[in-house]
Amino acid sequence: MPLDQSFVGRSWPPTEPYLVGREKIREFARAIGATDAAYHDPAAARALGYPDVVAPPTFPVAITMAASRQVIADPALGLDYTRVVHGDQRFAYTRPVVAGDALICVNSVDEITSRGGHEFITTRTEVTTEAGEPVVTVWSKLVQRGEEH
Amino acid sequence: MADALEPKTFRVTRADLVRYAGASGDFNPIHWSDRFATGVGLPGVIAHGMFTMALVGRAVTEWAGAPDAVVEFSVRFSRPVPVPDTDEGTEVVVSATVKEVTDEGHTRLSLTATCNGDKVLSLAQALISKR
Repeated sequence: MPLDQSFVGRSWPPTEPYLVGREKIREFARAIGATDAAYHDPAAARALGYPDVVAPPTFPVAITMAASRQVIADPALGLDYTRVVHGDQRFAYTRPVVAGDALICVNSVDEITSRGGHEFITTRTEVTTEAGEPVVTVWSKLVQRGEEH
Repeated sequence: MADALEPKTFRVTRADLVRYAGASGDFNPIHWSDRFATGVGLPGVIAHGMFTMALVGRAVTEWAGAPDAVVEFSVRFSRPVPVPDTDEGTEVVVSATVKEVTDEGHTRLSLTATCNGDKVLSLAQALISKR
């Protein structure tokens, strides 16, 4: 079943602030084997000009994937999550995420298309601090694979 | 920075996927249950696309010599990375070439990731800032 095209261009209310913890950044860095001192040691991060440990580049997805459920889990969209695979992923940074950030996500739907029996939806999440400082914009394209016939 | 960067090889095991699931909050069973993965038509448990992207991000920041170098980063997940339930798991090989230095002085890298010789990403690139 095609996805509801009326979702294109819509934006959703800001999510509750996500408080980025130092131990969460360290846990994420360990999980991907990233050993740079600035991901683990606040003193090393301060030497680079940051107030606390810095997150690796793909860390924001841990926040935005949960935040985008307000869009993709809406039954009105018509997405069958058991048939979804990740298509594309893009990040555009103003600055890295840093421990101590309280981050708010504003989700929008940029595009919904259909090709070869598959459905594609691209969400855009603007991630800012509570004060409205831009941090990173995150685009995710999800693919709902067609039913086997 | 040279035009072509030395490829980096990352070993990926089931234990890595479990650890990444916990750290990222992505508990989709296709990343830990063979029964579920084959039930939805996959060859078996596959790595999180975002785990592969994270390894590519590691390669990029290590090449740049700066943990905060990434300004833009984009990939398309063109093929899954099957991870067998063995001690060896599988390997992802990341390589890069320098495409351009922008007017702002940023370096644009074209990125490739392969598993068993197959390209698992397409249209992958990163824009990095120099310190």
